[in-house]
Amino acid sequence: MLTRNRLLTAASALVALSFVAPAMAQEPIKLGEINSYKVFAAFLDPYKKGMELAVEETNAAGGVLGRKIEVVSRDDNGNPADAVRAAEELLSREKVAFLIGTFPSNVGLAVADFAKQKKTLFIAGEPLTDKIVWDQGNAYTFRLRPSTYMQTAMLVPEAAKLHKKRWAIVYPNYEYGQSATAAFKKLLKEKQPDVEFVAEQATPLGKIDAGAVVQALADAKPDAIFSSLFGPDLAKFVRAGSERGVFKNVAVFDLLGGEPEYLDPLKDEAPVGWYVTGYPWQDLKTPEHTKFFNAYKAKFHDYPRLGSIVGYSTVMSAVAAIKKAGSLDQDKLVAAMANLQVSTPFGPVTFRAIDHQSTMGAFVGRIGVQDGKGIMTDWRFIDGKDALPSDTDVKKMRPAN
Amino acid sequence: MTFPSFFIQLLNGLTDASSLFLVSAGLSLIFGVTRIVNFAHGSLYMLGLYVAYSLIQALGRSPFGFWTGVILAALVVGVVGVVIEVLVLRRIYRAPELFQLLATFAIVLVVKDAALYLWGSEDLVGPRAPGLAMAVDILGKRMPAYDLLLIAIGPVMLGLLWLLLQRTRWGALVRAATQDREMVGALGVDQAKLFTSVFFVGAMLAGLGGALQIPREPANLDLDLSVIADAFVVTVVGGLGSLPGALLAAILIGVAKAMCIGVGTVRLPGFEVDFSRLVLVVEFVIMGVVLVLRPYGLLGKPPAVARAAASVPPPLRSPRWQTALVWIALLLAAPLVSDDYFAALLIDIACFALFAVSLHFIMGPAGMISFGHAAYFGLGAYAGAVLLKRAGLPMEAAFLLAPFVAAAFALLYGWFCVRLSGVYLAMLTLAFAQITWSIVFQWDSLTSGSNGMIGIWPAAWLSGKTAYYYLAIVCCGLGIAFLWRVLFSPFGYTLRAGRDSPLRAEVIGINVRGFQWMAFVLAGAMAGVAGTVFAFSKGSISPSATSISQSTDGLVMVLLGGVETLTGPVVGAGLFTWLRDVLARETDYWRAVFGLIILAIVVLFPQGLVGGLKALFGRWQERNA
Repeated sequence: MLTRNRLLTAASALVALSFVAPAMAQEPIKLGEINSYKVFAAFLDPYKKGMELAVEETNAAGGVLGRKIEVVSRDDNGNPADAVRAAEELLSREKVAFLIGTFPSNVGLAVADFAKQKKTLFIAGEPLTDKIVWDQGNAYTFRLRPSTYMQTAMLVPEAAKLHKKRWAIVYPNYEYGQSATAAFKKLLKEKQPDVEFVAEQATPLGKIDAGAVVQALADAKPDAIFSSLFGPDLAKFVRAGSERGVFKNVAVFDLLGGEPEYLDPLKDEAPVGWYVTGYPWQDLKTPEHTKFFNAYKAKFHDYPRLGSIVGYSTVMSAVAAIKKAGSLDQDKLVAAMANLQVSTPFGPVTFRAIDHQSTMGAFVGRIGVQDGKGIMTDWRFIDGKDALPSDTDVKKMRPAN
Repeated sequence: MTFPSFFIQLLNGLTDASSLFLVSAGLSLIFGVTRIVNFAHGSLYMLGLYVAYSLIQALGRSPFGFWTGVILAALVVGVVGVVIEVLVLRRIYRAPELFQLLATFAIVLVVKDAALYLWGSEDLVGPRAPGLAMAVDILGKRMPAYDLLLIAIGPVMLGLLWLLLQRTRWGALVRAATQDREMVGALGVDQAKLFTSVFFVGAMLAGLGGALQIPREPANLDLDLSVIADAFVVTVVGGLGSLPGALLAAILIGVAKAMCIGVGTVRLPGFEVDFSRLVLVVEFVIMGVVLVLRPYGLLGKPPAVARAAASVPPPLRSPRWQTALVWIALLLAAPLVSDDYFAALLIDIACFALFAVSLHFIMGPAGMISFGHAAYFGLGAYAGAVLLKRAGLPMEAAFLLAPFVAAAFALLYGWFCVRLSGVYLAMLTLAFAQITWSIVFQWDSLTSGSNGMIGIWPAAWLSGKTAYYYLAIVCCGLGIAFLWRVLFSPFGYTLRAGRDSPLRAEVIGINVRGFQWMAFVLAGAMAGVAGTVFAFSKGSISPSATSISQSTDGLVMVLLGGVETLTGPVVGAGLFTWLRDVLARETDYWRAVFGLIILAIVVLFPQGLVGGLKALFGRWQERNA
């Protein structure tokens, strides 16, 4: 029966709802995300899942500035020109708050320059190139992942400890491999002046002639090898090298070899004893990571890869920036990014004011095999801030703007 | 290099040569009989790896499981080839030359997404060959036994194919069709069956080539395109249709690559040369040199005189100025009603339209197919960027000068290219384009290497999207109008005369090569304009602007619209750019959807979109008359 009391309750509920409703009905905050989903599918599938998890968690916690968030993704086909067009579309059609994402260096740099031109914040998640924060850095661009230089710098102390004199180097012939090689030679030479680089092989990306390359390296009789190969190139290199017995009594370093994306395909052939950076998801038991790991596993019934971490943390960085800025004004957002603290599954990171690089770190360890799968052993976490050059050097590299 | 190292590198080169030969043999066979430039051959190779991986997984890692898996995989891929031939290609044999390339391009897209769907994105590392996983000691160095087996497989397959072609009736028919397929048809041979069987064998060879790589190469989604260029190079260097030539070319290229790696860094007084950095271009350098010296490849023969009279394309019709005015008015009004993104999309379409029209200019009326037209697009773009950032010129000056750089390179490359014809010419343009690409890709101090150059923005008065839109529309529009005008000038008619009847043209005193050369330069310059406009609209330029995929995109645009029409390339460029943009946004498996749409167009409109619509319209008019 409709009593007066019930009517009153219903009415007040309605009134209350009408206060809440506008906040609920408000459009979500859109983040414009661009990536090469089809070209680098092995890395970016898990990346996308990481982003989805971050969006879900953020919205479950009430969103940011009282609004939900939404990631609007675009595939750039690995082409900088397509990426710039997608960015244009995201800004003018989708009215996104700002831009995030990108994978290869050339796409990252093109979008960064576009963001500068449009005076719009851009958080580059994955591109490894040092130039995006240094030589060609700009006021509007920030980068999350540890760069080529940082990852190399994390491995160099291990390399120097071994006191190997003769080093051979193999790298994929493009920006990432070239920078890694240059950084490695420079940093190792500083720590160990008597080092000698006896052979250098630049291989076309995705098309390494593994047998010939392995043979050429072995002919130089190196004590140690530094490689920045990844993906199919790495798998071919590992197999050719072990078949030809080239890695016997030689210390081998591989820059990205511990990342699950590249380690897992090798299965029981994972090269035991190699020094790598990567992500030991099986054994990482920090509270931040366990929480992330369980949520990820529950949602996707799969374990996270490094891409998942990067995707998740990129979105979380964007959310943190909006929260700190308290608005979607570009200048305020950019100001908020400087010294922004974000909590990630790898622990807290800070986006440095000096060069817009985050202090996200990486794990350095050696490859082992357990139950027919490659894992990382003897690993330790290196904070990104300990792998960066001095502030004076950074200032010298970064253009004043 | 010591002798043992040299010898081992020689063996490494031969191993790769064997693998290359298997893929190229199938390609050569298919091309010889059907004249189809099978762009999807790399996809068949990739499928071979994936299918073999799955089969060996299912059959077990025993010698029996491995070899059964490999052979079954080859057969499965052969059947896929048959399906492709029967469902798609058979319907379009009568289409204009090269049109089938469009269909195979679409198949590449579909196969790639199908493989992603079926096998996932992670690289799949296959098993080692059971029983052959050990290495053999040769001159104190270790060489995997499986690689030695591969070295033997190449020549053995050549022998088997030779027997098949020389000693069987089927082989005789294939050889006959390679020389003169009309005559074979006229003699009552069922061409459909012959083509299907050739496709089966060709696809099976690609599948076998892939499956045999299982112990050496992880199955991954980039294999299709990485293999296809190599296979084309080997086929052409060897001489189209010549299997011994293909093996010879494969050995030449395989060994040259291994030697570049083996030599490594050479220190000369004053500077260092890192030969390993040449690996990504060495095959194209070899192809360029071979084609310049031997215009039909190492062991190729000049093609038999084609009965050209039957296949002369219809004369072009100039567009009506009323239609043109409507379009001009619409384009000029566009920024008034839309946003920045729409303007950006239209700028892209305008650039690609001019790019496609300039390609059509040499492909259609001048009769010179180019697989490397992106070189001039990219050179225009990079010239603009370099003049602006390195030479410090004002934007306007860089913008105006850049197309001349593209034209200068077209003048140089064109001189060599016009000496050849047909697919050989096309592959020489590709060789020049790849050499250009590799220089752009590696010359860090000038072009910023693989990263590309950024900060190439227009001058302040042009920096608004609308202002730049008008600049782009005017530049590209004028370029297109100019090229079209030229086609209806005496110069254009002379070009068409040289294409349709080179002999008669020579007889009446036309210097056909000279005209072709000038056409090449004109097309290069206009592609350069397109590239310059493009670079300044993006603010950045990267080596992908000169890459094979950019060249292919241009070809696809021209063929999609219709190579025998004037407006086809513009329509093709618009449709291609717009579709890809929309599909990539709306669906996850956009490549498959894109490929299926192209396939539908291919089957429904074998004259291209504009050609097909014109034919439909003509029929409709007839019925109503």
